[in-house]
Amino acid sequence: MIKDELVINMGPQHPSTHGVLFLELRLNGEIVNDCRPHIGYLHRSIEKVAESRTLTQFIPFTDRLDYLASMNNNLGFCLAAERLLQIEAVRRAQYLRVIVAELNRIASHLLAISTFAQDLGAYATALFYAMRDRQKIVQIFDELCGQRLTYNYVRIGGVSGDMTPKIAQMIRDFIASEREILKDYDDLLTHNIIFKARSKNIGVLAQDIALSYGVTGPNLRATGFNWDVRKDEPYLVYDKLDFKVSLGTVGDAWDRYFVRVQEMRESLKIVEQALAALPEGDPVVKVNKPFRPNGEVYMRTESPRGDLGFYIVGNGEAFPYRLKIRAPSFSNISVLPVMAKGLNVSDAVCVLGSLDIVMGEIDR
Amino acid sequence: MDLLTVVQAVQTMFPDAAAEAVAGALVIRKEAAFAVLDQLKNGPSRFISLQCLTAVDRKEALDVVYHLYSFDVRFLLTVKVVLSSEEPSIDSVASLWDAANWFEREVYDLFGIKFLGHPDLRRILNPDDWAGHPLRKSFASSDIIQKPLK
Repeated sequence: MIKDELVINMGPQHPSTHGVLFLELRLNGEIVNDCRPHIGYLHRSIEKVAESRTLTQFIPFTDRLDYLASMNNNLGFCLAAERLLQIEAVRRAQYLRVIVAELNRIASHLLAISTFAQDLGAYATALFYAMRDRQKIVQIFDELCGQRLTYNYVRIGGVSGDMTPKIAQMIRDFIASEREILKDYDDLLTHNIIFKARSKNIGVLAQDIALSYGVTGPNLRATGFNWDVRKDEPYLVYDKLDFKVSLGTVGDAWDRYFVRVQEMRESLKIVEQALAALPEGDPVVKVNKPFRPNGEVYMRTESPRGDLGFYIVGNGEAFPYRLKIRAPSFSNISVLPVMAKGLNVSDAVCVLGSLDIVMGEIDR
Repeated sequence: MDLLTVVQAVQTMFPDAAAEAVAGALVIRKEAAFAVLDQLKNGPSRFISLQCLTAVDRKEALDVVYHLYSFDVRFLLTVKVVLSSEEPSIDSVASLWDAANWFEREVYDLFGIKFLGHPDLRRILNPDDWAGHPLRKSFASSDIIQKPLK
């Protein structure tokens, strides 16, 4: 404690901490001298729970990690389990997984950019736009698997429900309308002079620091580092689809925002291609006997927040011996003290918003 | 790049690390772990990314598992160090990768492994006054119900 230093407890109940995150800020006037994140308020010991559930029973728990991108979490876990069990899903299921994963990425990024705008004071408008668009995706998922938030859709060896012509039409309508609507976000935020003044050159994250802290996903790409698991270690059918990796230049809050906007456009392209190329087949898996995993696997996928890794250790029994979830937000938030140091409190809020964290996967 | 190349390089450079390839992972001795990991990060292969750091409780022993990635040679390397389950401890790698800081706090919190030289070894997910380390197999709580498998 130094003279004239004020300690402010931001959170765990605070609208701009995106969940139950507690930041202990040490302030000199308006300037952040030190920022110490305290996490764990949402800790449910999911990794311990996994040791008394079969792999199939564990899929619904992955929904509750990053609850804004449940499809991507289902997918990451099922792909890791499939690699361990040496199963490959039928091709139709692989395309369906790409479609839902990318739709969920759009839904997640919509919330990320709009809550970020709200943190900067753009109250309600952007959030309402994003919620309206996200609703369309949620309705598609509701039609596909009967759930709006926790889908439990991707299963080991396939998916839980097949695409119907009605859903395909809903997705095509969504792609057409969202292409136009994304231009509204550019008018509303991207080129908005107030928004730029609040986010340009704020919270610049250097590339070497980002790599050392294990920052991944849009936050790493915003520093200009070309790393996307979908491109660099392709899984499913991503190597057959045409899309670009969006990169930033400076690594500031605006870059992190803009990378997400660009990724939404690319995701629309991916969904369109995957829907057009959807092969025939039966992707739905039937209830089967518990798998008995043996050996171990570490597999990562590109979730909307970065590298999502699952480390599964099996010893031939139905329950995994150990299951570790490498959550992207966990590493992304760990860099916050470095970034917040020396900023105004309001800019620290901007940095936190631009990192796009979800406490569910940080605390597990 | 493959695992055997890495293992041979480590064997030549660190004879006392007792490096061997076991089930897709490089297994090294605890005493040499820091030096080997330092070389892996700063050596020619440049494993600059610590993807994941965790532990597995094998009851009679504890495995600390490092997943390292090199963007240069595009290789994901699994490194394992076996610790005794009585008062387990190992050198911290937080000075090599900043990511290790929180990963090691998590492993300390959930497994009770002490990371020597860690700048701020506190519990991270559980409250400070929590007793025990939940991911140890010996951890028992009446709140955790083992579901019988049919």
